[in-house]
Amino acid sequence: MAQVPAGLRYTKEHEWAKLDGGVVTVGVTDWAQEQLSDVVYVELPAVGKAVRQSDAFGVIEAVKTVSDLYAPVSGEVVEVNTALADNPGWVNESPYEKGWMIRIKAKDAKELDALLDATAYGALLEEAHR
Amino acid sequence: MSLRTTPFVEHHRAAGAKLVPFAGFLMPLQYEGIVAEHRAVREAAGLFDVSHMGEFEISGPGAVEFADRLLTNDVAGAEPGQAVYSPLCLPDGGIVDDLLAYRLADRVTLVVNAANITADWDHVTALAPRGVQLENRSEQVAQLALQGPAAVRILQGLVPPAVIDLPYYRFTEIVLWESPTLISRTGYTGEDGFELYFPAEYADRMWERLVRAGAPHGLKPCGLGARDSLRLEMGFCLYGNDIDRTTNPLEAGLAWTVKLAKPDFVGKPELERVKAQGLTRKLVGFDVTGPRVPRHGMEVFDGAAGVGIVTSGGFSPCLGRGIGMGYVPAASSRTGSRFTVRGGSAEIPATVTPRPFYEGAYHSKPKKAQPSG
Repeated sequence: MAQVPAGLRYTKEHEWAKLDGGVVTVGVTDWAQEQLSDVVYVELPAVGKAVRQSDAFGVIEAVKTVSDLYAPVSGEVVEVNTALADNPGWVNESPYEKGWMIRIKAKDAKELDALLDATAYGALLEEAHR
Repeated sequence: MSLRTTPFVEHHRAAGAKLVPFAGFLMPLQYEGIVAEHRAVREAAGLFDVSHMGEFEISGPGAVEFADRLLTNDVAGAEPGQAVYSPLCLPDGGIVDDLLAYRLADRVTLVVNAANITADWDHVTALAPRGVQLENRSEQVAQLALQGPAAVRILQGLVPPAVIDLPYYRFTEIVLWESPTLISRTGYTGEDGFELYFPAEYADRMWERLVRAGAPHGLKPCGLGARDSLRLEMGFCLYGNDIDRTTNPLEAGLAWTVKLAKPDFVGKPELERVKAQGLTRKLVGFDVTGPRVPRHGMEVFDGAAGVGIVTSGGFSPCLGRGIGMGYVPAASSRTGSRFTVRGGSAEIPATVTPRPFYEGAYHSKPKKAQPSG
């Protein structure tokens, strides 16, 4: 069963968001990486780019399929995990740690309240399994 | 519609497969991961459950002649013990399916795509003359594909030497672990390998013993994901993607399977006309630059003009970049022609390149055979 760490927020499109002092770190969930399998490329925005909650901010290419990445919160991109360019497989190996994608300085961190918590996201995955 | 399972489904579950619906069957998409399985087949060996595919037996007086009239390729001229890859065409030249015909002395077995079993059966039965008997044995027959350079070493000592000596696209009938088995030197990966057909009741023992025999040689169970990436690297057509009822074998690059010199076959007059008039479009392979990957359904542009569709696309584990196939106007189908593939946020520079994309494989000459998917 896919890992769903407590303390993170989740989108229905399977991104996770971790708030730390007004900055939100974003990646895709363990379940998402399992579904995608073998990630080969992650297209990420440049630092300084403005993103809006629920809008696509990047693309993830896997061997078999391609998927958009959606911003869990509005704000400005302040950091990008450039190491993924050479190590896209980190998204599979370590989706919540080494596989993080961008950090967003949130315009309004309260937007995260609209996302799922670990319990609700876990329930969504149970649903998907049925 | 409820999903059917193959006789190997519990072995897939035990091996940790991700099972997905495919052509009405619950099939393994992957076990360990597509890339790991892909590499196992290129470097060692892989075991594929392909029992979803259908088997029709054509027998009785005139069986071989009937099969020869159904198919564009030469079945009557094949020797008993030879397998023939062929399109099955409509009178208008459209492709109903692509299949393998196993030529026996007095009968022919057709191995067809799972998604087309019903359509093929309707097509074949409607054309069958009196006296020819047709049997749909799809549910009784299990099929495994053992593919990769280690396939021979795995079977060595388990099968009669005649199997090891089979040339490409030849088959023989043996008894393996008490199971009557038709074994052919065929496959859909471009590697050396075999396909085994046997009664479904022997499925457990065949899977267990092949897995055990293969373990010291690096054999891995492989799913449909690796099956697709392997065939794409070879540039083999996949029915439903690259070929269907709206495409003909000539534009699909399968002219070598269309024997216009045969006296008659379904679709011949129309295919002769197409050939005489010249093709309007051709299926080509695309090599791309940049990190984005062409995908089925993306559009192909020549400058600002949309000129075609990507019919197959994906990431090539051996080349480390995206590859694809699609139809483009015949006038601009030459190697080196440049296009742009667009879909979603992707804008991918693409260049027409000869197939196979991956040259390292055992059977890297496309003219030799295009196995059925």
